[in-house]
Amino acid sequence: MIAIVDYGVGNLFSLESSFRFIGEDVTVTSDPDVIRRADRVILPGVGAFEDAARKLRQSGLDRVVIEQANSGKPLLGICLGMQMLFEKSYEYGEHEGLGLIKGTIQPIRDVIPADYKVPHIGWNALFFGKEKSPLFRYLNEGDYVYFVHSFYGADCADSVIATTEYGATLTAAVASKNVYGTQFHPEKSGEVGLSILRAFCEM
Amino acid sequence: MITKRIIPCLDVKDGRVVKGVNFLGLADVSSPVKLAQFYSENGADELVFYDITASAEGRALFTDILCEVAKTIFIPLTVGGGINTVADFDRVLKCGADKVSVNSGAIRNPDLIYEAARRYGSQCVVLSVDAKRVDGQFRVFAKGGREDTGMDAIEWIKRGVASGAGEIVLNSIDTDGVKKGFDLEMLEAVCKVVDVPVIASGGAGCKQDFVTLFQTLPSVDAGLAASIFHFGEVSICDLKKTLQENGIETRMLQSKEGF
Repeated sequence: MIAIVDYGVGNLFSLESSFRFIGEDVTVTSDPDVIRRADRVILPGVGAFEDAARKLRQSGLDRVVIEQANSGKPLLGICLGMQMLFEKSYEYGEHEGLGLIKGTIQPIRDVIPADYKVPHIGWNALFFGKEKSPLFRYLNEGDYVYFVHSFYGADCADSVIATTEYGATLTAAVASKNVYGTQFHPEKSGEVGLSILRAFCEM
Repeated sequence: MITKRIIPCLDVKDGRVVKGVNFLGLADVSSPVKLAQFYSENGADELVFYDITASAEGRALFTDILCEVAKTIFIPLTVGGGINTVADFDRVLKCGADKVSVNSGAIRNPDLIYEAARRYGSQCVVLSVDAKRVDGQFRVFAKGGREDTGMDAIEWIKRGVASGAGEIVLNSIDTDGVKKGFDLEMLEAVCKVVDVPVIASGGAGCKQDFVTLFQTLPSVDAGLAASIFHFGEVSICDLKKTLQENGIETRMLQSKEGF
């Protein structure tokens, strides 16, 4: 069973539907015991980092997510959920993340040319570098996925498993052992996105 | 590089797609779920659903259908029509919409944009504007283009973006239905004043119109159309190939395109 961690941020309808669509048993939950019983854990998130991190902490689920990641269970953070895996975010101030991925979250604006729009919204291509992560086993380099974000993962060279080009090379996905994160939305990236979720379920 | 988006728009009334659709090999052509699936499989980058229902029953039916679509289609969905309050945002977002488009509702209550953006984020709020030339000015029209509001479209769009709209759909009433190309002059005027994505709507008659749009105005992010896609005059796959051949990057469906 896959547990989607519900800590009161965002709309989980499509995420839940996408796992159901590929035939997985999925539960949206805020119950620590259900998360502990799950085979895999999804950390979703949209909106502002500070607000989401506070809600995750207030719910006490931050500790459960860290404990489950440390137990070796596959964990996937999506969009803001990926950003929260990092040590720190500099989105309007300085905020602590979960520290499961070494690195920081920084404004895209600082690294792209002035005529590029922020947020980075739309379909962009993935590049894998030297080695292809098992998360992308069903993908070809250059496949398109759907992004919506204004901040990106920086100082994380050791964990980057995919990048995308938007006037600069931006982190598109990260991994550190059993902990994975995608900046883009696999649940909104058509067949390509579903095949990423499928690969995650096979880990 | 981020790709230019191609967006078909479906008008839904009482649970069925209106305006007529004419596809080969598609039996139930007025089913929103089947059409959404067809477009998704054929390369649409996003889908827009406009609810043109007037009754409460029709509205409930619309949200049921939206849920059905969102259970099987995994590309971004935008919903418009009948969005007057934050509660309307809530209603469609819960059914799987990713973005909500406001038009007359924001004209009646401009605070709606700010309130919705604060609650759901700017990426969720699309300001849709129907504009037409009147006395040398681009004028905002309300109620599906029937009522002249007297407002200057450029000023209205600037104000909308300042309030938190994350994307603009500009529908030119002057070129809508004429099928002789997008309203490049009006679009350029809007692109000059905003830094959020601009979606062109109204006037597409053939593939070349999209090529001209993106080559003339590289700051336009997407092209939206309804009837030319519905009647099969332009297939999205073909359109994307043509764009690609003209140096405009689009998302090609690799498995279907065979490369």
